[in-house]
Amino acid sequence: MIAEIGHFSLWLALAVAVCQFLLPAIGFRRDDDRLRAVAVPAAQAQLLLALVSFGALVWCFWASDFSVRIVAANSHTLKPTLYKITGVWANHEGSMLLWVTILALSGWAVATFERSLSERLRTRVLGVQALIAIGFYLFLLVSSNPFERLLPAPSEGNGLNPLLQDPGLAFHPPMLYLGYVGLSVTFSFAVAALVENNVTPDWARRMRPWVLAAWAALTGGLALGSWWAYYELGWGGWWFWDPVENAALMPWLAATALLHSTLVLEKRDALRNWTVLLAVLAFSLSMIGTFVVRSGLLTSVHSFAVDPERGLFILGLLALYIGGALTLYAWRAGTVEAGATFAATSREGALVINNLLLATILGTVFLGTLYPMALEAVSGEKISVGAPYFNATFRPLMAPLVVLMAVGPFLPWRKAAGGRRTARRLAMPLLLAVLAVLTVYAFADTRGAWALIGIGLAAWLAASVFADIARQCRLGRGTLRLFWGRLIRQPRAMFGMWLAHLGVAVAIFGATASGAWEREVMTTLEPGLPVMVGPYAFTLTEVMPVAGKNFTAIQGRFDVRQGEKLVATVKPQSRTYTSPPMETTEAGIAPLWGGDIYAVLGKPDGRGGWQVRLHWKPFMPWVWYGAALMMLGGVVSMLDRRRSRVALLQPHRPAVAEAEQKIPLAAE
Amino acid sequence: MRRLALFLGLLLWPAVALAAFDAETLPDPRQEEMARAIMTEVRCLVCQGESIAESNADYAADLRRLVRERVAAGDSPENVKAYLVSRYGDWVLLKPPVKPETYVLWAAPALFLGLGLLLVWRIFRRRSPKEGA
Amino acid sequence: MSLGRKLLVGLPVLVLLALVAVSFVYLGRGGSSVAPSALIGQSAPQFDLAGYDAEHPGLSDVDLRQGSVTLVNVFGSWCVPCIAELPQLRALAEEHGVTIHAIAWKDKPEKMAQVFAEHGNPFRRIGMDNDGRAAIAWGISGVPETFVVAGDGTVLYRHLGDIRPEHIPVLLSVIAEAQKQ
Repeated sequence: MIAEIGHFSLWLALAVAVCQFLLPAIGFRRDDDRLRAVAVPAAQAQLLLALVSFGALVWCFWASDFSVRIVAANSHTLKPTLYKITGVWANHEGSMLLWVTILALSGWAVATFERSLSERLRTRVLGVQALIAIGFYLFLLVSSNPFERLLPAPSEGNGLNPLLQDPGLAFHPPMLYLGYVGLSVTFSFAVAALVENNVTPDWARRMRPWVLAAWAALTGGLALGSWWAYYELGWGGWWFWDPVENAALMPWLAATALLHSTLVLEKRDALRNWTVLLAVLAFSLSMIGTFVVRSGLLTSVHSFAVDPERGLFILGLLALYIGGALTLYAWRAGTVEAGATFAATSREGALVINNLLLATILGTVFLGTLYPMALEAVSGEKISVGAPYFNATFRPLMAPLVVLMAVGPFLPWRKAAGGRRTARRLAMPLLLAVLAVLTVYAFADTRGAWALIGIGLAAWLAASVFADIARQCRLGRGTLRLFWGRLIRQPRAMFGMWLAHLGVAVAIFGATASGAWEREVMTTLEPGLPVMVGPYAFTLTEVMPVAGKNFTAIQGRFDVRQGEKLVATVKPQSRTYTSPPMETTEAGIAPLWGGDIYAVLGKPDGRGGWQVRLHWKPFMPWVWYGAALMMLGGVVSMLDRRRSRVALLQPHRPAVAEAEQKIPLAAE
Repeated sequence: MRRLALFLGLLLWPAVALAAFDAETLPDPRQEEMARAIMTEVRCLVCQGESIAESNADYAADLRRLVRERVAAGDSPENVKAYLVSRYGDWVLLKPPVKPETYVLWAAPALFLGLGLLLVWRIFRRRSPKEGA
Repeated sequence: MSLGRKLLVGLPVLVLLALVAVSFVYLGRGGSSVAPSALIGQSAPQFDLAGYDAEHPGLSDVDLRQGSVTLVNVFGSWCVPCIAELPQLRALAEEHGVTIHAIAWKDKPEKMAQVFAEHGNPFRRIGMDNDGRAAIAWGISGVPETFVVAGDGTVLYRHLGDIRPEHIPVLLSVIAEAQKQ
């Protein structure tokens, strides 16, 4: 019964979405603002219906209703409750339902929180959201119905892949989808602006919080996924340039570029075309990402069970939505060459280069990910494009980007930077960066070129953030209390930038350090005999069987000592699940301040010893801290929107309060 | 066909021991490092895109042993990779070889950057009477 | 709008169209297919394996160059399709007189004996590949795989997966072709 309610609710949501799109569209035609006013309540109703539907599915999983096909295929009575619920989105149909629910949530959020947005723009945005929703509701209802019944119902389900029964992976999809689908709002804003033929700095200002929200969620989702891979896959890697990882990275890159180009649009009314294009691309890449994971186009450990028929359906949706938006863009973009001039060494110039580099990285990742498929389709030849390719191309592009990140905030808007003044300000960060490189070269025996570059870049960026803080708050002029007063009065957007850029520096440091200074020992160990890994002595104290709710395991206990002091105890496990039958390793990880202890237990050697792999990964958690800082920065920045931004616009500009003023979509 | 490949992969499942542990590593640390570097570039054919350095599959362990043996015998990384390519085709290398079919792939970053720089240069050089006030 | 500008703003649509077209072609073909064997046209790789028992001596590449067309089947007693194809292999060996050798991939003689007792043994020679090295030399990544080898040791054809009755005519024609040379 519940499943039928869920199913029915989904159909209703589709109907509401159709109204949400059609009625306001007619309202625009006939200039009937009552019809246009349908959009907001429709969006709210749509969310309600989507939540009912999603709630119904959650109930089916929680109650282990095996008469629902996907519950039978993916769940099991013995599963812990948490994983029964997170199992809702661990399969294709359920995850698509989560997708459309978050889409409805985004529409509702626009309807509810954008009261001060121009009514035309808001209505258009909601209309586009509804249009997208229609396609995906249809996809769900026609080819991926989550509520399909399985009769007669089996008495027990197939169980969930043990790799997925895990807190990190349980929450990774919702966070990721918040980001993926949150970008639909920017897409809608862009299409709305194209339809209205009205791209203005004010439009950029209104869109920015949405970009920030989606970007922060995507950052979190990516980090969660990487963190999961790190502790679950058992050998300490956390980014593999796997096609599905790339599919999530690409919208993130586009969103990051968008974040920065909206600044230029806001402040200088330039880069209009490019910003609109980015906004369209970001969500398009999200949709493409959704497509590739489910269609059989790319093989990956992350892929859902594939079905070419579904793949073709989504391909059709993609062609329609992305093709439509891009065609609209091509049609509207640029009739008259106009726009601000840039000095290359101004802040907007630096942001343009930032966008250029991000776009190049994006293009490269896009090409690299899809190339094997395209080559095989066209010529039948099979090649592999893996981590070595991406590392070789990503790093040389990322390095100048990070260099620029540090310089950018010191450049003025609207004019060329005074070379000497900027150089003076950056002297300290440069000095610190060089010192850092020399220090690790001399004392940490670091020789790899990229390791040294990574450390240098991280130091450079971090020092520049603090130098910027010092400059903005005029450290050294007046008392410390004055400095503090100035600091807390900085606009949140500044804090956001400082936090986010600092987060990047921290993450780069963590990634570089844990790679360059890692110590690994792979050996056969007998209980009681210590082995040195870096500065730590690992002793296997005991190996014993343990039982979990739906698995049995062999667990080893390691005491980790530095000198005489016990710093950590880790308990890696070798687990055997019964349904489905599978063996997994759970690494024993102890995050210390300086890094991670990482231990993996293997098989016994038959003579009382055990195969083990022991790692000391210095500064590994800094990667996650960095990501958290970035997220925080995004959120803090987002909360800035209520502050008056007019003061940050050029004083000569007439107040652009009347956003109704139409400005044709001119060139950048 | 794809299903078949999947099926075959599954066939090796019983043979999958949790063997990302190699009993023997090379005694010479430089050779071991060279071997490991090669391993990160060789695709595990029964996995979904992993390298043999990462994979738990028994099959990957065989390949790792082969790589170590050849490095110990004095083969250069190019030789080892060439041997594997002669058995499995270019597909086994995670770093695609530079050949006519992959020129576009390898040239892409430079091409994109170049194209972008061209566009950006146009923006910087534009002299508009309207001084964007 | 200048032509250059038109091209530029139209570029994203064109890229999308290309992507859709390529995806369509790819999915239409059923997605990823297994790469053709890199050994086709090459001489059989060097290998030398010990035998299974007295009647089934070991296999090496020399045995494949004896002047007659042979089949090399990579086999594992733990592999269900390998067992499923034994009747077809027996048909090839007994009814059509094809010489079939086996490479037993990391297998145990006791387990093989059980399988042969139940399903018969179509092989002439059986090489025990205990360290998997011969399999790598043949470019194997899964079992079963069957190769048609010409009299001079050139690898002519590879069949991936188990041999079903409907595959036998193709194999026979490849063998017949090879025997003409």
